[in-house]
Amino acid sequence: MYSEQITEHLAHPRNVGEVENPSGVGDVTNEVCLDRIRLSIRIDHHVVTEAKIKAQGCPPTIAAASVLTELIIGRSVEDLGNLGKKEIVAALGRLPAAKMHCAALAVDALRAALADSRS
Amino acid sequence: MRVYLDNSATTAVAPEVIDAMLPFFADEPGNAGSVHSFGQRAKAAVETSRRQVAALIGAAPAEIVFTSGGTEADNIAVRGTAEAHREHGRHLITTAIEHPAVLATCEALERDGYRVTYLPVSGAALVSVDDVRRAIEHDTTLISVMHANNETGTIQPIEEIAQVVADARAAGHTHLHFHTDAVQSVGKVPVDVARLGVDLLSIAAHKIHGPKGVGALYVRKGTRLAKLTYGGHQERDRRAGTENVAGIVGLGRAAELARLELDERMARMRRLRDHLETQVKSRISGVRLNGDLARRVPSVSNMSFEGLDGESLLIALDLRGVAVSTGSACASGAHEPSHVLRALGLSREEIRGSLRLSVGAYTTREEIDYAVDVLVETVARSREMQPSDAL
Repeated sequence: MYSEQITEHLAHPRNVGEVENPSGVGDVTNEVCLDRIRLSIRIDHHVVTEAKIKAQGCPPTIAAASVLTELIIGRSVEDLGNLGKKEIVAALGRLPAAKMHCAALAVDALRAALADSRS
Repeated sequence: MRVYLDNSATTAVAPEVIDAMLPFFADEPGNAGSVHSFGQRAKAAVETSRRQVAALIGAAPAEIVFTSGGTEADNIAVRGTAEAHREHGRHLITTAIEHPAVLATCEALERDGYRVTYLPVSGAALVSVDDVRRAIEHDTTLISVMHANNETGTIQPIEEIAQVVADARAAGHTHLHFHTDAVQSVGKVPVDVARLGVDLLSIAAHKIHGPKGVGALYVRKGTRLAKLTYGGHQERDRRAGTENVAGIVGLGRAAELARLELDERMARMRRLRDHLETQVKSRISGVRLNGDLARRVPSVSNMSFEGLDGESLLIALDLRGVAVSTGSACASGAHEPSHVLRALGLSREEIRGSLRLSVGAYTTREEIDYAVDVLVETVARSREMQPSDAL
């Protein structure tokens, strides 16, 4: 039903936790299904150097949160402005059509964390 | 270690059942309807199986109709009764927690002009006998209430409802019939058609360590049913189609084992299920057991883990070899929670965090201990992942 990548991230979620003294935090909830992703990031010289997540919800949400941290560490803030849900889905192999909102939630968490770092 | 705790979904075929079935694939190719000796041996095997199934539920062999499984048995019982008695009435009564084989058949009958009353259940998953009595109308022809529920294992008051049916018949409702879907109770608790007081009762082989694709419908002598399939005159003209001889033989042997080993299996499954629940309750916080804990089959435990998602737990457990099921699957962002748990009045979060663990006749204590260890670790890890201010 789910791709190997999704089950693998569920079995071994990456970068779980909270960044200490983060540059920005994005904490977003899907109000329909109540899935939630909390992303904290550290930015040094316009580059994300550390990213950690907390998440709750269905398997694709947890996998999307986990893979998000892998996708953003080491990339510039400017570059990350272009990260969309397609990139999340590609990294997870595939996502059932009914679960696209899980990838969207991960993107929302990133946007919120970046916005928070600017404020 | 691989631990299969989804025996309410289906079970492993018992070695004795496989042995009984094997000759009927190649060595004994006969069609039970053929006149030659090959056909007669197949026929004899089918009739032996009929006696074995009848013995398990206290019926006469002639009252057993073999089907392709529980779903077909339910379809024949519900639609077959509704259509056979339509000149006397077009009203049926069932419950909100039936298996889809009954619910979807009732919905199809509604589209055909029948009226159906869907009775609610209590927070403990029990149907009220008074609700059944009050729902009977002048033109009600069928009441269908499952014996044990597939998600919680709750046993419904079938004998009491049968008394209501008997009273109604005595008062002139001569065309009222009573069906129970016993797919989840046969082989788990004593099932006797005379004691239960039903006219029709559905059974599936694969829930009692028999093969998939075969089941039976008990039809009390003298009960009139309309045909759903047209063809040959098999099964006393109640179910057309060449008999699934190997499958029927498997069902018969599985029924015999279930009858002979019933007391031992019940005690074993109850011990294991209770051990599982005791361990889970003592080692994991925020667990709620769902359904009526006193009135249930000994094989099933339905539990909710506060703040967690059942499907995420299911997959994490599966990755470590433990198979369970969940009553909740999230689709397109909106949960489509189990109609059973919803009918029990559970909150959205409780339904979401629910798992069903079901033991079988061959589950071992070591398997339960391993499953509990994995469950404890999986729940702990899932909770560590949650934002600290989560529920």
